[in-house]
Amino acid sequence: MSKRIDVKDLNVYYSKFLAVEDVNIEIEAKSVTAFIGPSGCGKSTFLRTLNRMHEVIPGGRVEGEVLLDGDNLYESGVDPVTVRSQIGMVFQRPNPFPTMSIKDNVLAGVKLNGKKISRSDADSLVEKSLRGANLWNEVKDRLDKPGSGLSGGQQQRLCIARTIAVKPQVILMDEPCSALDPISTLAIEDLINELKSEFTVVIVTHNMQQAARVSDKTAFFNIAGTGKPGKLIEYAETATIFSNPAVKATEDYVSGRFG
Amino acid sequence: MTTNALRRNGSKGQAGDKIFSGAALGAGILILATLLAVAIFLFIQALPTFTADPTLVSGGEGFLAYIFPIVIGTVIAAAIALLIATPVGIAVALFISHYAPRRLAAGLGYVIDLLAAIPSVIYGAWGYLVLAPALVPSFQWLSENLGFIPLFEGPASQTGKTILTAGIVLAVMVLPIITSLSREIFLQTPKLHEEAALALGATRWEMITMSVLPFARPGIISAVMLGLGRALGETMAVALVLSTGGLIPSLIKSGNQTIAAEIALNFPEAFGLRLAELIAAGLVLFVITLVVNLIARAIIARHKEFSGAN
Repeated sequence: MSKRIDVKDLNVYYSKFLAVEDVNIEIEAKSVTAFIGPSGCGKSTFLRTLNRMHEVIPGGRVEGEVLLDGDNLYESGVDPVTVRSQIGMVFQRPNPFPTMSIKDNVLAGVKLNGKKISRSDADSLVEKSLRGANLWNEVKDRLDKPGSGLSGGQQQRLCIARTIAVKPQVILMDEPCSALDPISTLAIEDLINELKSEFTVVIVTHNMQQAARVSDKTAFFNIAGTGKPGKLIEYAETATIFSNPAVKATEDYVSGRFG
Repeated sequence: MTTNALRRNGSKGQAGDKIFSGAALGAGILILATLLAVAIFLFIQALPTFTADPTLVSGGEGFLAYIFPIVIGTVIAAAIALLIATPVGIAVALFISHYAPRRLAAGLGYVIDLLAAIPSVIYGAWGYLVLAPALVPSFQWLSENLGFIPLFEGPASQTGKTILTAGIVLAVMVLPIITSLSREIFLQTPKLHEEAALALGATRWEMITMSVLPFARPGIISAVMLGLGRALGETMAVALVLSTGGLIPSLIKSGNQTIAAEIALNFPEAFGLRLAELIAAGLVLFVITLVVNLIARAIIARHKEFSGAN
């Protein structure tokens, strides 16, 4: 359970505006890949193209191929709904469904598309997913309480539990810790390390130490200037990116000289 | 002399603050005072009805026997209106907010808002001249095929001027209120929650049931209540469309009456006890509206914990 992603010659547009240009990247199964780069460089936009979430924004479209174990996400006849059930996403701000209990939040994705689940299966899936998100011990006594009553860090882990409950192949994370305090951030980072054994994880982060701590490979994105498209500058083992990058711009960025 | 530098010294900002809070308080009190004044007026003017000899009240059996049928008539007409207008209104609002292409959505929104601006006498005239005759064949069919249900007992009205027609006209009048308010609320659904649903693999409809409708629930209830307020109080359209009579269960025969129309039709010639009766009927309508609103508040409050406001 976890597949690789290959991106070939991908251009991302918002209407006529070219937001990200010509990305080629191979993301290994069961690994953690980090996208870093200055604000507005297109890393979040690119991440959203990996499960067709960028289409939600009016005018969003792509040219090129994104292959999930060889299957093109953008082939005609592919339903974005199917794509998203295989490639889950965790957002920048924790977004549990406010009207649902903690338990219902975990099961939200499982019950989609008319799927039925027995009560005992549901209970064990809730426990398994919450344990998988390191949240079980904190919430096991209040599963029927609303998810919005949890702290920010707990809410974010609830969102991760909700995502892993649907058993996706890949989990995309869009700056999952930027709204969290350092302790919650640490909890999420530990969790990412554990998730790696079962899922392919792709994470966008502003925090270079975080990229260095959690990821196996790192991709550096940059833009030449405002209004220009973002580009993938360098993609390599995380250790290489941070100690011995091949491109000058990468070195400037990771050493804190700009961005 | 020691002065505390932190102490406020009559700056302009402070004065503005005081004026504003005074004005807000005044406005709040004004509303309550108006409501109270209305209630007191209705009660005092209606008092003779409650103390009068029952045989002198219209119908000759006291006020309760007089008011009961028209209360039921009012509730039936409003219920028909809401039963039709609520699902249609929500569906139209969802179409505008989440399905229609943006340009079409804007145009449709304007048209719906325009519907709310049409005076009720126009709706009444339309119901009287166009809708009622057009409904006659359907009423005929209902009485022939579903006549065993008391609601559709024949013989059907030959003019179509029945409580069902009145309810349908009211539904059209209430529709824009429910639609515009629901649409505004649907559009305010946080993107965050919509994306949460989509990212889990939800279809558009599932996204709506998971994030849009739960978020909009209190707003929908408020919209329906506002619509109900208009349906309960609507006078002109009902007076024109309904051929009145005693309380009957059948919706497709002439008969039934609503409070607002009863008052409007009889008020010009009423004096003395009859006037007091009509005002008492108004008091009953006032109480019904109040109770309905309290119930709506209670429904909204019951789900507070899960409203997302915490």
